[in-house]
Amino acid sequence: MNVKLCAGAMLASLIASLSHAEFLGYVGVQARAFPSTAADPAQGSETLSGVLSPEWYQQWNDGDDSFNIKAFYRYDSQDDERSHADLREFYWQHVGNSWELTVGVNTIFWGVTESQHLVDIINQTDFVEAPDGEDKLGQPMIHYASIQDWGVVDVFVLPTFREREFAGKEGRLRSIPITLNDAEQYQSDRKEEHIDYALRWSHYLGDWNVGLSWFNGTSREPLYLPRATAAGIALIPHYALIEQSGIDAQYVSGDWLWKLEAIYRRSIGHSLADNYAASTAGFEYTLTGINSLFWDLGLLLEYSYDSRPRPNASPFQNDIFVGGRLSLNDIASSEILFGYSQDVDDQDSRSAFMEASTRIGDSTRVTAEVFHFHGDDSLDPIYSLRRDSYIEIGLEYYY
Amino acid sequence: MIIKRFTASILFSLSVIISPALIADEAQDKGLAIAKEMKSRDRGWVDSSAEMEMVLHTRGGRETRREMRILSLEVQNDGDKSMTIFDSPNDVKGTAFLSFTHNNADDDQWLYLPALKRVKRIASKNKSGPFMGSEFSYEDLSSFEVEEYDYRWLRDEEVNGELCYVVEIIPRDKYSGYSREIVWIDQSHYRALKIEFYDRKESVLKTLTLSDYQLHLDKFWRPAKQTMVNERNGKSTEVFLRNYQFRSGLDEQDFTENSLKRAR
Repeated sequence: MNVKLCAGAMLASLIASLSHAEFLGYVGVQARAFPSTAADPAQGSETLSGVLSPEWYQQWNDGDDSFNIKAFYRYDSQDDERSHADLREFYWQHVGNSWELTVGVNTIFWGVTESQHLVDIINQTDFVEAPDGEDKLGQPMIHYASIQDWGVVDVFVLPTFREREFAGKEGRLRSIPITLNDAEQYQSDRKEEHIDYALRWSHYLGDWNVGLSWFNGTSREPLYLPRATAAGIALIPHYALIEQSGIDAQYVSGDWLWKLEAIYRRSIGHSLADNYAASTAGFEYTLTGINSLFWDLGLLLEYSYDSRPRPNASPFQNDIFVGGRLSLNDIASSEILFGYSQDVDDQDSRSAFMEASTRIGDSTRVTAEVFHFHGDDSLDPIYSLRRDSYIEIGLEYYY
Repeated sequence: MIIKRFTASILFSLSVIISPALIADEAQDKGLAIAKEMKSRDRGWVDSSAEMEMVLHTRGGRETRREMRILSLEVQNDGDKSMTIFDSPNDVKGTAFLSFTHNNADDDQWLYLPALKRVKRIASKNKSGPFMGSEFSYEDLSSFEVEEYDYRWLRDEEVNGELCYVVEIIPRDKYSGYSREIVWIDQSHYRALKIEFYDRKESVLKTLTLSDYQLHLDKFWRPAKQTMVNERNGKSTEVFLRNYQFRSGLDEQDFTENSLKRAR
């Protein structure tokens, strides 16, 4: 009994010595409707889905050590492939004097622009979640960061590759013909076990933020190869080996933020991938207190360039993006983000979106989202999505 | 004699012109001296942390709460650094704000958005807007630096039985949301007890009352309660600061983009 008591006391003191811990997250439901008739009769025209994203973290050793978990699950009534689970974060982090070490699954964001994220390459994009590419799949990594007066140096070793997931037969926002899941090809013989490496130096100097980055490994963006199947032609994703060098810079002056991202991507060995350069540059100008209610309006203008010809180029191969962020600065933290992208070469290639959200009570957010796609050229990457414009409304409860 | 009278009249008119200027100079010097004394009495706290609760009152009597933690670092020869970590409402939990105030340049500001795991630089003009939907602006919550204002002592006056200096302060920052502020500073401890904020149209926009001052480390006075009343729309916000800690060993490394990302 004494042993039991002793163990109990030890456990109690251990728990007491563990400092900050928290359990948080959100649950939500979304309804999405696609007003246009689908390009493929197998595709549905509305979907109801639910999302669950619990998060837990525990700090100890005076906050120098921490363990972080963030899980994600979505159920989709229309598309089995969109019903998916992911471990966004599952890592241990140690913070030393001017360094950090992270081991496990994590999400890393690099970059400054809004219309697309060129330099951001560590994580695979979760495209079944949303077409804007802002959602990411958790990436296994060993990440060492050295924080010095002359900037931060990040070193990444990425031992496992995460393949992209594609919408299923019944799902919208997919390629026509369909891209097959679980049929991917790799340039590397080691397939998804190929070890990728990345380096980044970033620095803040007064009004300037600058980052230089380098990545060597399996491209997060696949090439699509046609393949004959029993059900007809399908596409299979092919992941080439690449080396990407990137630069991102931001200059702040009064109410102006000037932004630049540029990459050069080189294929490695006998590759199907092109060598190419791409960049996005633009600004964000903030109008503060535009009315008596002190609303803020941030105006965005960005130009994107990609040196590859269609169909290999990204949707942003020669495009102008204009957008805005309206913050109502109210108790409900209401916000509307909107944007419009126009291809400069092809007048018929354009897309637009609007995302709005507001809080109800203390813990619930109501969201509304509209995406519009338009394209007439079958070589245009947007062409497959031309009938997939949609409206979504949702409710999220945070705890 | 005519000449004499003429000279006298010149002298007289000169004195009329010059003397208010001299008085104005004295009032400015006195105002600046009060501000300097106020700041110098608040030097040497090194670092501090506190828990902040904001209670937002609508005119209809509804209440909303916001909770956050604030870490601050005293910087020699420049403005202070601070980090604000949001704990509620739940949908902004984990959001954190980093600010470096500068004496003679625009402040540097960053916001960390946990959903995207992204640190965003904020244009320095964004300081006059409402903070979290409250009656406080970002500007109202940033550290006081002597170099950021011009001063003029107006008069002495009692507030709640405390004899105060009444000083007019004019923001030098062109992005400030105010044309001027009038501050009541108690003469015994140099603590701001009340501030009136004026808009460009020279009418009172907001009134801040600072109360329940507590003495920390035998030297530093901090108000446990601040009440901002918006004179325009009748709404108000109360700020309660609790659990103040000083000199707990924070340093430059706790105020970087990296520390912002892992702020919990």
